[in-house]
Amino acid sequence: MKLTHIIPLLALATVACAAPQTFDFKDPKGVNNAVFNLDAPLESVNGSANGISGSVSFDPENPAATTGKIVVAAESLTVPNPMQKEHLHGANWLEVTKYPEITFEAKSFANVKTDSNVTSADVSGTFTLHGVSKDLTVPVKLTYLKDKLSARVPNMQGDLLVIRANFAINREDFNIQKGQYEDKVSPTINLTLSIAGAAAR
Amino acid sequence: MKRILQILALAVVLTAGVTWLATGANRGWTKTSVPVKTLDAVTGIEGITYQKKFLPGVDFLGAAIAGAGLLTGTSLFFRKSHKNKQNK
Repeated sequence: MKLTHIIPLLALATVACAAPQTFDFKDPKGVNNAVFNLDAPLESVNGSANGISGSVSFDPENPAATTGKIVVAAESLTVPNPMQKEHLHGANWLEVTKYPEITFEAKSFANVKTDSNVTSADVSGTFTLHGVSKDLTVPVKLTYLKDKLSARVPNMQGDLLVIRANFAINREDFNIQKGQYEDKVSPTINLTLSIAGAAAR
Repeated sequence: MKRILQILALAVVLTAGVTWLATGANRGWTKTSVPVKTLDAVTGIEGITYQKKFLPGVDFLGAAIAGAGLLTGTSLFFRKSHKNKQNK
């Protein structure tokens, strides 16, 4: 094979390697979770959700170009007290049957810092909860784990992308009991997202 | 009957108190499940699953005290039958 033939092939291979990968966040292991916390006088309301799905397009060579959408099934929100869970899912709070999804759609990255396989950035996007969409900027940490999919899912080759984010929202911005029960449940909801997505080859 | 209701009220409070203490004296609300964290070694994510477990809280104690109060209150409507027999 002539050198003139090899060069375009190498260039094509390089482009293919550098192309963004799509990571699927529907975790077969069920480990992905979103933790929420609201302060309250007797005991803070602590719960989590594991009904996570969505996809993120990530290029390890250009993390700033990351885009994607993460979806949390509202019905998967769980708290240890059954009455609190019933209220949380009910008509006065999240109305999970009417608004079954909580989503965050990442649109742009800023303040991107990459150290080895870890990227930290401020992601701007649209957060939708209880049928209300609001633009938010959230600090995130992305960890790219090359060729680690097989360590998690046997017989599957590919990469993993771990996303971690901590941020707070105000429930009143999303029409959740606006101006109500502020003495009983804090209007601030603290959210922690710990999710891993897979890009199989 | 009066004495039976009072003993029952005491038993309710004691049983609730002992159960509350034995399960860790939870000063929050009653829980029917508890979160269990498991570490995913590859990703470092702490997964959360819920294990069914009854963990009585202060509302459980409150309900027991209210129940005991109701039993004690009801007992006041009964006369001390033993003493009455002695008086006759």
